Amino acid sequence: MHADEKFTYETWPAAPEKSTLESKNKFLGFWFFLGGETVLFASLFATYLALKDKVPSSSHPLAKDLFELPLTFVATMLLLTSSLTSVYAMYHMKNFAFKKMMVWLGLTALLGAGFLGLEVYEFTHYVHEGHTFTSSAFGSAFYTLVGFHGGHVAFGLLWCLTLMFRNSKRGLDLYNAPKFYVFSLYWHFIDVVWVFIFTVVYLMGMVG
Amino acid sequence: MSTYAQKKGFGATLWDFLTTVDHKKIAILYLIAGGFFFLVGGLEAIFIRIQLAVPNNDFVSAGLFNEIITMHGTTMIFLAAMPLVFAFMNAVMPLQIGARDVAFPFVNALGFWLFFFGGIFLNLSWFLGGAPDAGWTSYASLALHSKGHGVDFYILGLQISGIGTLIGGINFLVTIINMRAPGMTYMRMPLFTWTTFVTSALILFAFPPLTVGLVLMMFDRLFGANFFDVTLGGNTVIWEHLFWIFGHPEVYILILPAFGIFSEIFPIFSRKRLFGYSSMVFATVLIGFLGFMVWAHHMFTTGLGPVANAIFAVATMAIGVPTGIKIFNWLLTMWGGSVKFTTPMHWAMAFIPSFLAGGVTGVMLASAAADYQYHDTYFVVAHFHYVIVGGVVFAVFAGTHLYWPKMFGTMLNETLGKITFWLFFIGFHLTFFIQHFLGLWGMPRRVFTYLPGQGFDSANMVSSIGAAFMGLGVIVMLYNIIVTSVKNVKVGNDPWGDGRTLEWAIPSPPPFYNFKQLPLVRGLDAYWLEKMDGKKGMTPAEPLGDIHMPNSSFLPFMMALGLFIAAFGAMYHVNDKAWALPVMIIGLLVTFGSMFLRSVKDDHGFHIHKEDLMDDDDKGVKA
Repeated sequence: MHADEKFTYETWPAAPEKSTLESKNKFLGFWFFLGGETVLFASLFATYLALKDKVPSSSHPLAKDLFELPLTFVATMLLLTSSLTSVYAMYHMKNFAFKKMMVWLGLTALLGAGFLGLEVYEFTHYVHEGHTFTSSAFGSAFYTLVGFHGGHVAFGLLWCLTLMFRNSKRGLDLYNAPKFYVFSLYWHFIDVVWVFIFTVVYLMGMVG
Repeated sequence: MSTYAQKKGFGATLWDFLTTVDHKKIAILYLIAGGFFFLVGGLEAIFIRIQLAVPNNDFVSAGLFNEIITMHGTTMIFLAAMPLVFAFMNAVMPLQIGARDVAFPFVNALGFWLFFFGGIFLNLSWFLGGAPDAGWTSYASLALHSKGHGVDFYILGLQISGIGTLIGGINFLVTIINMRAPGMTYMRMPLFTWTTFVTSALILFAFPPLTVGLVLMMFDRLFGANFFDVTLGGNTVIWEHLFWIFGHPEVYILILPAFGIFSEIFPIFSRKRLFGYSSMVFATVLIGFLGFMVWAHHMFTTGLGPVANAIFAVATMAIGVPTGIKIFNWLLTMWGGSVKFTTPMHWAMAFIPSFLAGGVTGVMLASAAADYQYHDTYFVVAHFHYVIVGGVVFAVFAGTHLYWPKMFGTMLNETLGKITFWLFFIGFHLTFFIQHFLGLWGMPRRVFTYLPGQGFDSANMVSSIGAAFMGLGVIVMLYNIIVTSVKNVKVGNDPWGDGRTLEWAIPSPPPFYNFKQLPLVRGLDAYWLEKMDGKKGMTPAEPLGDIHMPNSSFLPFMMALGLFIAAFGAMYHVNDKAWALPVMIIGLLVTFGSMFLRSVKDDHGFHIHKEDLMDDDDKGVKA
């Protein structure tokens, strides 16, 4: 099968994300990349745990003084839902339903943007409370871990929009199907990392 | 393809190399760039030995000495040894598995340019206010208080080149899993391919912690964060952990490909299959796994406590077992073989006792209690030079002589090769053997001078004389390269006459598509098997057909250049320079703009048509 071949619903392969050698490579390579990203975030989590609540003076706010669950809960729900919508998008990709895929991808991007908006609001709120990137080791570790994740979301958003914009007029083929699929893998990965951030940073931050 | 290049002018050839995505040309780029940095790092080593040759010397100042030792270590590990090893991986591994290129040719080029610009950035520090001076390990407690921009060059340069190495590792992993020729099962892969595979896995999991460590240090030094600032709650031991979680696997990232090269050389020149192939594969994987379990043996004196020290000491000694398996297998490969004493074989045979000595001192250092005595003395310096020079550098020399005909189509002169070997071999032991005793007598490492009358004088002089011999050896090899390149006597597919694996079944240098028809692999040492059956080449596994090839691209160069520019902006932004922030933004725009262009511009590659392949004059080549 060639990458630039034209397809119909009937001829579309069952696994369009890995039906050429190039896409098989891309698929496997991206999984390896996510393996490396896992170690990257593991290092950041370890750093955060070592520096949690390590502040220069008793007047500096600690984790339990800062975090508010309602806000982060809404952010969590937005991001988890965006993972679900990206699954729907991939379902339609596999069924060669280009328009439906684009709608679900658009929704995914929208939810991702909502999450980022909340994160920006949250960060400005903390800065007003005196918890900044430079105020303590705790602050540096917090903004680096959560900010790295936020940066990944922002990059994913740009990636998603670029893919949608580039392919808006030409429909699905075996050249762009793996690109959409790999994006969705990335998006799920970001989501999984957030689940850990929600647990390790926010929930554990509330209980002690 | 090489005849093409000769017809073109210099500009066209340069453009060809700037845009190439061909693994064989990228290998040549890695060899040239890595070789250049090897000479730079070697020159720094010579300066160190001149300064230490006599007591109370003032050849360089204390501050400059710190810069030289820092840059010697950093350059040799990141900019010389790794790219030289990558050169052979790129040149040989795809040929050994019967592939037409790596899985991601574009990413391969990007990896090279990132490494290259990172290395150039790091070395520009010499001309822009002083090099990094906190040691190659750049411990935070030193690095944070280093004045000027030296350490910033280290942080930013290594981040850029580190990304290049990481994507190179992913590329090799996917290539080996997905692109093997028909019949090339995992347990038929040549050992150099196996070591490339395990090394790439180590790169994938070891480089992210380094990246994180460098990012944290960058935030501390350039953007006001406090990860390592104790007064604001920070902790400098975090740097030590992150650095060594990377740093110890890095040792195996360097030595495993070296083991791979020697595992090719012993069977070729003993004309006998590798003894204990399965146990060699097993030992390689086991070393790769254990490599991640031992990082804290670099931190025995940090104060992690007796339990942590004991666990890491035992784990470290355990690595001696798979390494011992390898040593015996190499010896038994030669046993009963009909050994040819070529230049690569000289290096391989010298490697065994030299590396073994480094391994033995490694076990000595692994005993945590004894390590308190050795720590920070010349004993440690002797140990790691025995494993890295006696292992990796010997392998690079051996590989250069072994694969030169495959990469460039002409043989290096054997007599000059042996002269290089003897000069370097004698110089190496002269330099470093005595350093074991210097360490045991109490000479600390990283000191810029010492007083006379402590019993260090003559030992240091001996060591410095040895360094001069190594320098001479390298000069002879450069002469060898120039002379043989000018003569340029072309060689055939299998210039050593005893090649066993697929790379020796195709022309030297191979056509840009490597294999006209993918070869059918019938067992370990595929080409040797065919030769033993009286055939001239490989049996093809497919009919002659169109070959799909990737397009060249200038974008990898631009992506790396963008980060190079942005790094200057990030660095000078602390000095309140008005131009710093715009420069950083422009640099990032170049990188992300190139990524955007890559994303929106379709790149389907091109096809070489069957008819053109049939016209090719090398009809004698079967596979």
